[in-house]
Amino acid sequence: MNSRKVEENFFKILMVFSLMVVIGSLLLVFAIVTYKGASALSISMITQIPQGGYYLGRGGGILNAIIGSLYLAGGALILGTLISLPVAWYLNQCKRNAKRVTIIRNILDIACGIPSLIYGAFVFLVIIGLSQRTSLFWGIITVALFVSPILIRAVDEVMQTVSTRLKEASYSLGATEMETLFHVITRQALPGIISAIILAFGRAIGDAAGVLFTAGYTDSIPTSLSDPVATLPLAIFFQLSVPFQEVQARAYASCIVLLAIVLLLTIISRIASKKTARYVIK
Amino acid sequence: MMLFIDRATREKLIKHFLLLPTVGISLVVILIAVSLYLRSNQILSLYSLNQLLFSSNWRPLAGEFGFFPFIMGTIWVTCLSMLIAIPISLLTAIYLSEYAHPKIRKTIQPFIDLLAGIPSVVFGVFGVLLIVPVIRDYIGPFFGASTSGYCILAGGLILSLMIFPILISISFEVLQMVPSETRQAALALGSTKWEMIKHVVLRMAYPGLVAAIVLGFSRAFGETMAVLMVVGNVPVVPESIFDPGYPIPALIANNYGEMMSIPLYDSALMFAALLLFLIVVFFVVISKIVLMRFRRSTI
Repeated sequence: MNSRKVEENFFKILMVFSLMVVIGSLLLVFAIVTYKGASALSISMITQIPQGGYYLGRGGGILNAIIGSLYLAGGALILGTLISLPVAWYLNQCKRNAKRVTIIRNILDIACGIPSLIYGAFVFLVIIGLSQRTSLFWGIITVALFVSPILIRAVDEVMQTVSTRLKEASYSLGATEMETLFHVITRQALPGIISAIILAFGRAIGDAAGVLFTAGYTDSIPTSLSDPVATLPLAIFFQLSVPFQEVQARAYASCIVLLAIVLLLTIISRIASKKTARYVIK
Repeated sequence: MMLFIDRATREKLIKHFLLLPTVGISLVVILIAVSLYLRSNQILSLYSLNQLLFSSNWRPLAGEFGFFPFIMGTIWVTCLSMLIAIPISLLTAIYLSEYAHPKIRKTIQPFIDLLAGIPSVVFGVFGVLLIVPVIRDYIGPFFGASTSGYCILAGGLILSLMIFPILISISFEVLQMVPSETRQAALALGSTKWEMIKHVVLRMAYPGLVAAIVLGFSRAFGETMAVLMVVGNVPVVPESIFDPGYPIPALIANNYGEMMSIPLYDSALMFAALLLFLIVVFFVVISKIVLMRFRRSTI
């Protein structure tokens, strides 16, 4: 065997090893968290709110955080989609301002890179400025600001892949730019849009640093937008910092709940985009 | 009502309506910069920038704000994570792009997407459960260092797991942009596949890979929760990877609670946030410029 082949094989082994490390670390995260948390996971854990002395190891669950996270991520996603779709539409169909569109795309790329902590700090300053209190409402605003750029860029990318031939066919039938946008481009990009929204939901539900400043924390389920709200990631964080084994085990169990939600979302997004893909012209 | 407006006017109306949120969302970035700057103005007017960035004295109660330990903590953790993540991610991306059967590629893709979707808190918990004890009981003693496990190395390891997906997916895309004709030309000249990758693909993809790495850097800089949970949070300048550190995001997240009760503290933390913001923007802009040049050169 000559040295060229040896080199080739050496790097090939390194590559397979790297791939193993990546996939292995993913599996390890799932395995360790499930192994440690399974014993503390119970029905009452996900159906009850924390009772008195919960953080000392007494009864209750994290229903407040589960519901809180769903409210927060759901609200942020509705708001985020309402902001993001028009922006993505604008970027794709107002071509006469090509320069402006490029500038906005670049700004959005920067916005995607800004950590959620900074968005949290910004909204926190707004809250202080308006002398408001931390609440579900401000949490939703923070997360919506944080996921919108991600959502816009994802939807934008999908819309850009719609074939020009299809658009031209639409124009040749006499449709205007906007009619083409709504009836052809958006429909054609629908599977991508749906999976982008669901993945953004995953980002929203997993975010902890942003809502740390802005959503407050409470042991009850919020009943209005002005109530403070607990979130699952923060619940995990707080339970882990309690120096009791039983409470820490509950943090691991909460991790399983969070992972299960993320996993479920990934599967749903795959199915949803496959189902809607039936109506796409290939 | 809409029915009675003619199509051309409706077209214009919709366009104007779409412009509104577009300008709004772009303004947010500028608003963030302005508001953070205004808030940190207070501390910037009292201390020189030099003092803030390079002093190691961090005693908010005594009015001393030296960010040097935090800046060093951030640099240590980020650079360590990049050292670990870059070779592994690049090799994985090369394998997926050049060697892997399309079927394997398709099965692995969802796993990498899933890794990207795992919330940072879960990585933090994983770090506390596995990485911290392993460093404390095995890796630390092996190198003759006594450590609690909550250290730079733990933060770097966790962070590298978290930036795998972004590094892999961007480098993969960049590698795929290398035209296949050049690959075939290299193979036709008798090179082995690896020689083809080394001399042709990597050379052509080089700027794009740099951009991927820079983007990974910016992601690593801002990551908060997971690092905070394993890095120890002691405000001293770390001297080895087994020392605890205190990165900037952890500083902000840990102290937001009491920042309104100590004079100047809020201003100091917002200055830290501004610093983080500027670093991230700087990195993203660099990666954009490099990527744009790369696209122009491959077309």
